[in-house]
Amino acid sequence: MLRRIFSITVKEFRQIFRDKRSLLIIFLLPVSLLVLFGYAINLDVNNIRLGVFDRDNSVSSRKFLRGLESSEYFTITESIKNDDEVNNLLNRGKIDAAIIIPHNFEKDIMTGTDVGIQFLVDGVDASTGGIIQNYLVAATSEFNFKITQEQLSQKGIKANPPLNPQVQFWYNKDLNSTLYFIPGLVAMILIIISVILTAISLVREKEFSTIEQIRVSPVTSFQLIIGKIIPYLILSMLIAASILFMGNILFGVVVKGSYIDLFLGTVCYLLATLSLGIFVSTIADSQQVAFQISQLISQLPSVILSGFIFPIESMPYAIQLLSNITPSKFYIIILRNILIKGTGLSVFIDQVYYLLIFSAVFIIISTIRIKRQEMM
Amino acid sequence: MNSIEVSNLTKKFGSFTSVNDISFSVGKGEIFGFLGANGAGKSTTIKMLCGILEPTSGDAMVSGFSISKDPESVKRNIGYMSQKFSLYGDLTVNENLNFFGGIYGLKNERLKERKSWALKISGLENKENTLTSTLSVGYKQRLALGAAVMHEPKIVFLDEPTGGVDPISRRKFWDLIHDISESGTTVFVTTHYLDEAEFCNRIILINAGILIASGSPAELKKEYIDNTVLEITCRETFAVIEKLIPEDFTQSVSAFGNSIHLILKSKFSPQDEELKIIKERIRKLTGDIGEVKIEIIVPSLEDVFLNLLEKRE
Repeated sequence: MLRRIFSITVKEFRQIFRDKRSLLIIFLLPVSLLVLFGYAINLDVNNIRLGVFDRDNSVSSRKFLRGLESSEYFTITESIKNDDEVNNLLNRGKIDAAIIIPHNFEKDIMTGTDVGIQFLVDGVDASTGGIIQNYLVAATSEFNFKITQEQLSQKGIKANPPLNPQVQFWYNKDLNSTLYFIPGLVAMILIIISVILTAISLVREKEFSTIEQIRVSPVTSFQLIIGKIIPYLILSMLIAASILFMGNILFGVVVKGSYIDLFLGTVCYLLATLSLGIFVSTIADSQQVAFQISQLISQLPSVILSGFIFPIESMPYAIQLLSNITPSKFYIIILRNILIKGTGLSVFIDQVYYLLIFSAVFIIISTIRIKRQEMM
Repeated sequence: MNSIEVSNLTKKFGSFTSVNDISFSVGKGEIFGFLGANGAGKSTTIKMLCGILEPTSGDAMVSGFSISKDPESVKRNIGYMSQKFSLYGDLTVNENLNFFGGIYGLKNERLKERKSWALKISGLENKENTLTSTLSVGYKQRLALGAAVMHEPKIVFLDEPTGGVDPISRRKFWDLIHDISESGTTVFVTTHYLDEAEFCNRIILINAGILIASGSPAELKKEYIDNTVLEITCRETFAVIEKLIPEDFTQSVSAFGNSIHLILKSKFSPQDEELKIIKERIRKLTGDIGEVKIEIIVPSLEDVFLNLLEKRE
């Protein structure tokens, strides 16, 4: 039995290495996807361009603006003279937000009257708009706090605020979004390449009817599947290693957790994706169709449903359930734990189980399907 | 003990009966020809005998194992080769043999020995490292056969092995089949070419899933065409056939290229008066179409089968 599996594996490796050009693509494609996506997907918001319409032009208003500018997030790019200009600049996208400081800004502060300060934020990109809003509100409350303290101390009162929030970001200290996306990117690249490779390799046997010869031999369909999975598992592991290596060089991705966990998690994930590829080969009859189905069922769910870019928690319940169809969802959790948090296996053991069950289900379905398919 | 023992084998696909209650047996070391038109149920039968398709009813013992109860043992004891030459074009000759030896569990010395045997019979010695896709069809075919019998199966199934091959390669291939059969392996072969069927020890013919004749080529000819067969060579063969059909001396008539084979209703010696009369009548019938040549011929298998199939219709 082992000899039969081994024969298939050896044969498969020979075929993979015979075609040097395809082999080059197999390794270059993932790395170029990593570079492309890694640089393109960046949700960090800094260098927010502000337009300022300072109608007060007082010491206090300038102090407020300096406070904004001293943070790394804001740059005041435009000084606005009238209302029309505010509209104009926002419309043309010259600024991301406009601040309108009213006439009696300083006076009202001194007298303790309510001061209205207007922020106009470009909300086309809802997520960026939201972040700008948060930054502005935070900057404003800091200013408020300072003013209050000053005023109280003038009256001789020692002010101590009741609550002093001290937020610290764990794991991804700088809230670097690239670091957050890398696990999803690795999962997506691996699933695409591994599903396509296995599906095509089996469908090719159908197309050239070499599978006929295997079917009449004592090789069982299970042995055939295992014999096919092993070489592509090894190949995909090498691809995974090369992606992580490039991720380290280009984006500073480091493995905070254990390499053994990383190895185990990746093996489980690839088992799941490879068995998905085998399953595709049982429904496709030509390499072309196999390629298209593979791409459709691997890429789309792993971009949209896996939590790669869009957080699963904010999806409607039905979609949350649907998100379980892609093994990427579970590998992304594993990778985020290992790469960013540095936590151990016990934290993501459920995900590992899921991937193993996923693999088993698809291997069983494929075994039955291959058995049933008659030699044509 | 017979190599293959088929009893009441039937395969239905839905309401369509592909193989209908056929029974036959194949002796050890025989070259057994399995004939029939496309869609007659040949491939379905082969698939069942190879243990990859379950019969609807009936059973067959292949090398002593039941195809319905123990298909895995059947698979271990047979070799299989089809006209598609299921070799890997992107592997070398040697790598292909390693693979097929491997999936049949050959190893070390035995693998080496059988590999050199397969190379010898396919005439590919010293070409082990050639890419298989670059070989000519004739070589591929012999290599495929070598790969199929590398593990020395008791029975080898050849499914239209000579499709699309030139006559010389076909001849060489049949020499190989004889060698294999002489070494004790039973050869079960399907073919379109009736001249090839003459090389078989025994033949069966199936039509629309039903077995309609079996025996050695000589037996079949004797059993089904004992009567005199005339070959009529003339122009306008189809017009002449039309005219011959209603005649009282005609048993059956069919076109063979430029000539007509006419099976008479009884047997005549060449000098027979009655035969002379028939010949005269044929000449009259053909009328004014130029030269008409009439000869007594030994019937071929093709005559037998056309005769049999015509009777069916």
